[in-house]
Amino acid sequence: MTDACTSKPRLDPAIELRLMSHPTYLAGARELVSGIARRLGFDDVGSGKIALAVDEALANIINHGYQREPGRPIWIKLWPEAGPGAPGVSIVIEDEARHVDPAKICGRDLEDVKPGGLGVHIIKQVMDVADYSQRDPVGMRLTMVKHLQDTEAIKQDG
Amino acid sequence: MDEPTDITITSERRGDACVLFPVGDIDLSRSPVLRESMKTALDDKPGRLVIELSGVSYMDSSGVATLVEAMQISRKAGVGLVLCSLTDRVRSIFEIARLEQVFTIAEDLDGAMNT
Repeated sequence: MTDACTSKPRLDPAIELRLMSHPTYLAGARELVSGIARRLGFDDVGSGKIALAVDEALANIINHGYQREPGRPIWIKLWPEAGPGAPGVSIVIEDEARHVDPAKICGRDLEDVKPGGLGVHIIKQVMDVADYSQRDPVGMRLTMVKHLQDTEAIKQDG
Repeated sequence: MDEPTDITITSERRGDACVLFPVGDIDLSRSPVLRESMKTALDDKPGRLVIELSGVSYMDSSGVATLVEAMQISRKAGVGLVLCSLTDRVRSIFEIARLEQVFTIAEDLDGAMNT
């Protein structure tokens, strides 16, 4: 596993969660991610957006990757980003679904108002990095990074 | 696939309007419940359908898709659809999806009844 931006080898994730492909577990996953994001300094709206991106990614895997087949594995891995000038969080979500060409994973035209198809747009909109790749020999990987902005930081002083 | 239904939706008639009060997160597992409630409400042909969202602290794109679907059905039926009392988190997903101008959104229930 390498860093999405620098290609440096990655340390083991601080958090690694394996869940089954069922909508029941979405709430728990986003509560975990939201809670960790808050501990890393994101405010309520910022941590909510990170949890939303994770939720959308998981929903896409359940709906499209596994086509609603329950009991298939999904992994969420999370690293705090503590680098100088760019603290934040990195999140990698992996599955064992069929390969898709990453170039074909893109948000739809928002001018065309219709139900569905917003998940990828939301992920790319709320995260600073959202990079899809194929796992070997099977499955997809989504690498996301969100940097802590000054305006998003939880106020530490009273 | 069995779906959990830990969302409650109550309805209330106010004049010719039907007001729905969903309480709980609206995500992939719960949006079918909201869809069914809105369909039932629209089947009664109200003059207006109001979705009061103060009890919804979280909504994902499946919830938004459900509301877009309801908006399209209500337009065809000549029923006004109004959303009101959005929390900051729920409002932000409408902004991200650039839908805040597509829906009629009121600050509160009184505003929704008078829009």
